Amino acid sequence: MTIHTGRGFACINYPIGMNLGGDPSQALVHSTPDGKFMVTLSAIDLGQGMKSVCRQIAAEALGVPIEDVYVDTADSDTGPHDMGSFASRGTHRMGNAVIRASSEARAQMMEAAAEELEVSAADLDTDGRGNIQVKGAPSKMITVADTAIAAQFKQGRTLSGRGIFLIEPSGVDWDTGEMSPVTTYAHAALVIDLTVDDETGEVEVKHINSAYEVGRALNPKLVEQQLIGGAWMGVSHALYETTEPYYPARDHLPQDFNTYLMPGPGETVPHDIAVLERPAADAPYGGKGPGEMCANPVLPAIANAVYNAVGVRVDKLPITPEKILRGLQANGGAKPGPRQPGTPQ
Amino acid sequence: MSIEFRKDLFADERDDNLNEIGKPKQRQDIGGHVRGRTAYYDDHLFDGLLHMRCLRSPHHHARIRSVDSGAAERMPGVRRVVHPSDVPNNLNTLLSLIGFGKDDEQLLSDQVVRYMGEPILAIIADTEAQARAACAAVRVDWEVLPHVLDVEEAIAPAAPSVNPAYANNTFDYGPYDHVKLRFGDAQAAFAQADHIVEAEYEMSPIEQAPIETCGAIAAPETADRFVCHTGTQALFFSLGTAAKLLNIASSRLHFIGGTVGGGFGGKVDSITEPMAVLGAILTGKPVKFQWDREEEMQVGAPRGAERWRIKDGVMADGTIIARELTGFFDAGAYTRLSSYAGTKCTGHLPGPYSIPNVAANTFCVYTNRTPATAMRGFGITGVDFAIECHMDRVAEVAGIDPISLRIKNAYRDGDMKAHRRVAKNCALVESCQVAAGKAGWILGTEDMAASSMAGSTPERASIPQTALDEDGKINERRAGRTATTSPVKGTKQLPAGTHGRSHVAVPVQRPDMQIAPERVGHDDPAARGAAHAPAPVAPPVAAPLQPAAAALPAAAATPTPPRAQPAAASQPTPPASAATPPAAQAPQLQAKPYKPDEPFQRGVNRPGASRFLSGARRR
Amino acid sequence: MPKTPVTFTLNGAETGIFVDPGLNLLEALRREAGDLSPKFGCGQGTCGACTILINGEPHLSCLTLAVAAQDADISTTGGLAPGADLHPLQQAFADGFAAQCGFCTSGMLMAAKALLDRNPRPTRDEVVEAISGNLCRCTGYDPIVDAILDAAARVQGRVTA
Repeated sequence: MTIHTGRGFACINYPIGMNLGGDPSQALVHSTPDGKFMVTLSAIDLGQGMKSVCRQIAAEALGVPIEDVYVDTADSDTGPHDMGSFASRGTHRMGNAVIRASSEARAQMMEAAAEELEVSAADLDTDGRGNIQVKGAPSKMITVADTAIAAQFKQGRTLSGRGIFLIEPSGVDWDTGEMSPVTTYAHAALVIDLTVDDETGEVEVKHINSAYEVGRALNPKLVEQQLIGGAWMGVSHALYETTEPYYPARDHLPQDFNTYLMPGPGETVPHDIAVLERPAADAPYGGKGPGEMCANPVLPAIANAVYNAVGVRVDKLPITPEKILRGLQANGGAKPGPRQPGTPQ
Repeated sequence: MSIEFRKDLFADERDDNLNEIGKPKQRQDIGGHVRGRTAYYDDHLFDGLLHMRCLRSPHHHARIRSVDSGAAERMPGVRRVVHPSDVPNNLNTLLSLIGFGKDDEQLLSDQVVRYMGEPILAIIADTEAQARAACAAVRVDWEVLPHVLDVEEAIAPAAPSVNPAYANNTFDYGPYDHVKLRFGDAQAAFAQADHIVEAEYEMSPIEQAPIETCGAIAAPETADRFVCHTGTQALFFSLGTAAKLLNIASSRLHFIGGTVGGGFGGKVDSITEPMAVLGAILTGKPVKFQWDREEEMQVGAPRGAERWRIKDGVMADGTIIARELTGFFDAGAYTRLSSYAGTKCTGHLPGPYSIPNVAANTFCVYTNRTPATAMRGFGITGVDFAIECHMDRVAEVAGIDPISLRIKNAYRDGDMKAHRRVAKNCALVESCQVAAGKAGWILGTEDMAASSMAGSTPERASIPQTALDEDGKINERRAGRTATTSPVKGTKQLPAGTHGRSHVAVPVQRPDMQIAPERVGHDDPAARGAAHAPAPVAPPVAAPLQPAAAALPAAAATPTPPRAQPAAASQPTPPASAATPPAAQAPQLQAKPYKPDEPFQRGVNRPGASRFLSGARRR
Repeated sequence: MPKTPVTFTLNGAETGIFVDPGLNLLEALRREAGDLSPKFGCGQGTCGACTILINGEPHLSCLTLAVAAQDADISTTGGLAPGADLHPLQQAFADGFAAQCGFCTSGMLMAAKALLDRNPRPTRDEVVEAISGNLCRCTGYDPIVDAILDAAARVQGRVTA
């Protein structure tokens, strides 16, 4: 029995948003009487942090503290239309809709403040702490709360905004495949270090070094959550998961978590991440969606590392011990590849 | 575990001094999560809640000769047996909401089942156990039919036909039974290559496995409406699907969700919502339809299987000059979202590399398997596995470091992509460099000096003359008149430089919805240019409804990008100049009068009609 | 079918409900006692989302008959916070971004509480073992393990202070 060390690499890009059917999102923003803002959506938070990122985007676009913004989603009676949370569209599409709704509300807020301060709205700016100041003369200011009170009870204005974001639907030219499928791409590259036991066929992933380019990390902690959890899912897809282990045969169908396997807390992989941020022009504050793409490079990188370790190319996912052992048998034993640069001892 | 933010890279493209953006703010929902107070759909309590369970097919493919639910109806606690005939408009396809594909799936199937687990009847009872017991008491006389489970067997001439809406077992993409991607002439380029590298890859189905299973609770509400608490990933998709299947005005549906216990793509299909609402309509009581874990794993649509064959033509120095891909998405028995995966995936090919000759055929194939649907990385995960394993094969054949090979072939700003759009905002090279650096994988100086912002050439930026073919017209493959599944040698040439226009964001509706350019945080030409421009001409103008077009499958009715004259400049049209409204863009139905008392879909009940683009759906 | 009365202590409060004899404790707590913090994830005892403490020991409430809870002392995440402030475990989960969709969080917190109650200074391996019956599909587990270790440290800090 020998434990073989292998190192593998993969890099990917990932399409953000989807243009092929038209893909609108809408948002509504309004202020409470004392200058807090409600963002009303029908977006879905399924753990990725939709509520949180929209709250942050709205606060930034309005120019108010995040504590003064609350996101309410999703109720079809109050939230305007959104396509949903899938296809890495949530942050891109809804984020842009929230920016537009917040920008309109901000414009009204600045007009209301200008009337109170008897200056031009163009001369005003927010300080991000709940105040509106005259540019260059910060002592001349009014709070957002007082602005909202004046707007509602004195001026008869609403501080509210509507936003929609749509990339017009792209058709496909059926002869060439010409299309405008998406708006922008996120990127990732990673190096996997693992071992393969040539007696049992078991793979143990030892380390992941990764680089993820996400446009802008709108909230670095939420990005971190996605990247850690996503890489875990990538390892799981590569080595454990399938509902049909002998596809295309419909046998051995798992029906519970005893037979549908995923790595547990004792099988997590040390993961060192670098985040790169190259803002996409039409994305909200440049942010692309990191959530979907983060698992993708893990699968081929593991397959490539297994090949590097024992010379078996498992081209059918998942990479089970059975497939590795059959490959070793066919090859007449392990045939380790060249030691890749930097492979740990 | 460690994470670093490489603020040094692309620093001049960002303003890092924003007020809230870029800050590690706490999640809005965390307090509810840790207190156990977050309200998911199942955390809404209703007195007298009834439970719904489905009776499902034990066969891959079978005709229903008869169903006897008499005994089940008399069992304790049973309130209602729901038959297919109780579904008012019992045929739908999910993407009809965006005008893509033909209605091909029943909510409850009345004549033929096409996958193991397909529901044919539902029972509503006081408890879940009673509903289960009653389902077990229903007697069904099945006539088992021949089935097909392999994608390539399914497109062979003699294969059983799975889905009558697509009798050839392939989704219709315009006139073809697959999505074509044609860029340059891959067949000709293979003859020039020093190496040819070929391999086949496969991914078997994967379960989304959110810890919260799919489900919905519906109940009669005031004003003759129905409330539906749901774990859907797409609130209005589910609402629209329920309105269509149940032939009920959308104004009578009140959907509440948005707080979901994980989805990963498995909660878009909108099955539990119409079922629960139907139960509430039929019983007048609150009804829950919740999948158990076994249903979640074997009935809930998985990430579908994919099979890919890749053939690369490679020069001795590692430059890939041609790539041919043949892909099969295993849709299972019904379309759900697999049709979309085919186009999304094809637009992604040949991966993040600049390859001057690319040809791909992507098939969406029907088999007698659980229908597939979206999952994290949808349409991309499988082909990226194939491409990146293949890149390693190429590196080995060419004798080049695997990372160096990727950097050499990586797409750069300004390169022309195979779907005839210019690459921008690229960062693959930098991602490779940083990952290698973290892992101590030493790269050569040339690779370390490479940049996504440099390296494009007029040649890489241009659209080559392209070999076209008409192989694989609908009906021909099954009739045995199309020999191959792979891209074939082109029979006619499309001149170099031919392309349509880019599709870009519709500008703001009113100028004050436009964020001020100085508040964007990065350079957005649209914000700069359009900031104080007059409001745009009306967004996509609706063409009058054309009966001829309405009879076509929606995919065929989708307009193709207008072709530029061959003589036009070979440089692509900059997206910014493409602001003219498209003349005949999809949404056709605008002139319908508003009739709030009529069912939601009146007048738009045809394949491809979109309820969201129609203007008919109002409250 | 006649319903059976069951009485127990739920998060310190005397509680009585009437249940069908076959009803599991998860449904009984959620539907009859109104404590929605334990979650239904599988009903098979394999995901841990329904984890509660019975007399201080972690149990899968989906596999426990409600009638078996007679006279039991039951704790759930719904009663974990002693008052307006969060329990150290809750605070550590929040600060450590150890929840995404939040659906497994209740069960995780109960499994972790059972551990810390009997072993206030667990090793990382002991934490891993304690939550090995609880599945999470979002986080990749490490943030959860880190948060539990952090909570243990916080409790120790409070004790020594």
